[in-house]
Amino acid sequence: MSGTLLLPPLLTGAQVTVELTLTSTVLGAMLAFSAGMARGAGPWPLRLFAATYIEIFRGTSLLVQLFWLYYALPLIGPRIDPFVTGIIALSLNIGAYGAEVVRGALLAVPRAQHEAAVALNFTARQTLWRIILPQALPEMMPPLGNLAVQNLKDTSLVSMITIADLTFRAQTLRNLTLNSIPVYSLTLLLYFAMALVLMAGMRGLERWVRIKGQGDMARA
Amino acid sequence: MTDTPIIRFQNVSKRYGDLTVLDHFDFEVMSGEKVTLIGPSGSGKSTVLRILMTLEPVQEGVVELDGLSYRQPGRHGPFHASARHLHQIRSRVGMVFQNFNLFPHMSVLRNITEAPVAVLGLSKADARARAHELLEMVGLADKAQAFPAQLSGGQKQRVAIARALAMRPRVLLFDEPTSALDPELVGEVQEVIRRLAHEHDLTMLLVTHEMRFAREISDRVCFFDQGRIVEQGPPGEIMINPAQPRTRAFLGAYLPETSTG
Repeated sequence: MSGTLLLPPLLTGAQVTVELTLTSTVLGAMLAFSAGMARGAGPWPLRLFAATYIEIFRGTSLLVQLFWLYYALPLIGPRIDPFVTGIIALSLNIGAYGAEVVRGALLAVPRAQHEAAVALNFTARQTLWRIILPQALPEMMPPLGNLAVQNLKDTSLVSMITIADLTFRAQTLRNLTLNSIPVYSLTLLLYFAMALVLMAGMRGLERWVRIKGQGDMARA
Repeated sequence: MTDTPIIRFQNVSKRYGDLTVLDHFDFEVMSGEKVTLIGPSGSGKSTVLRILMTLEPVQEGVVELDGLSYRQPGRHGPFHASARHLHQIRSRVGMVFQNFNLFPHMSVLRNITEAPVAVLGLSKADARARAHELLEMVGLADKAQAFPAQLSGGQKQRVAIARALAMRPRVLLFDEPTSALDPELVGEVQEVIRRLAHEHDLTMLLVTHEMRFAREISDRVCFFDQGRIVEQGPPGEIMINPAQPRTRAFLGAYLPETSTG
């Protein structure tokens, strides 16, 4: 069986993978910033809440989280659509890992910068938004880019809860054709191609953050 | 200079674990006075400035600035001051750090205008006009659009002085402002501070190891050792004829003309 026949169903799956990746990366980034800033610079109740969230999701398996949401949750609560389940689990996961990146970058801004902010009488909130975050943002971009690529690859786990993503399609095709080598080779190539595009996108975003920072400076 | 003390330390002790940095410390500074704090490393000079800038809490004793106490009475004794109260204190004090501590992501101009706009509520136009005046004063009128990374150490410190002055403090603290500079850049920063000392009624506290400079600009020199002021007085007295052997020994290392015998 030739690649041209395998490609259309795989591309259909790849489209689902792209949708999952983009949605959960964007949602995850929002979670990462909220939880990271809460844990790194928030009042203690928020800090505790953020820490609990981060440690639970960093400390448990994504696959088991998916199974729990898909198979266990409906027994005690609502049944959620598998695609939405996948988005929720992936977002919460990348959010937890990303939060640690955000927190680490905030903490890496030298103490002297905080002291200068105190000496100029900035409030804690002004210090965070005007002094600390703009310096931390460029530092967190490369590790966040890595997480986005990690997230793309993690989406393959959602095939286990019946979402017809790229991995799901590949398994179906293999069962149908018993032709493992072309099916999985093509699948790997497709993941690699998507990762390349994503990495290029993240590098662009990284550059934009730096240039944006300098634009702020120039506007003063 | 007036006869009202603007700064008052009374029986202040400050410890880091077992290390006593200030030991039952008493100190007053008059409004408009220029005071230099000298003494060996670890004698508590910088701690006095850091306490005044609210960068370090006090565990014991009374610290007041312009009548505002650094600790407020609470139900169980004196507490650290509230954020609001600290805000009032900080509005009267500015600080120039040894390592400049400019904001690297902002232009020189923005370093100087950010706080006046965000904290004092000045319009951007007013803040910029004032920043340009201050840059003129420190001799950096042409550097408004530069970034800190593009400046020499001496230029950075002059920007830091302009940034502190933009907040119109009543008290300006200088924590070893020339210690991090290459020797050939020390002069330009000292010149700016000298002019401030001679032309403004600002209250100035300066920690330095530059003894000649201290003598030129101070109304009073305080010699610190082991968390206390061992000796203080007009620079002419302290630096030429110190009464205490410890002061003599210390100055002997810095000023060849001071007798160490």
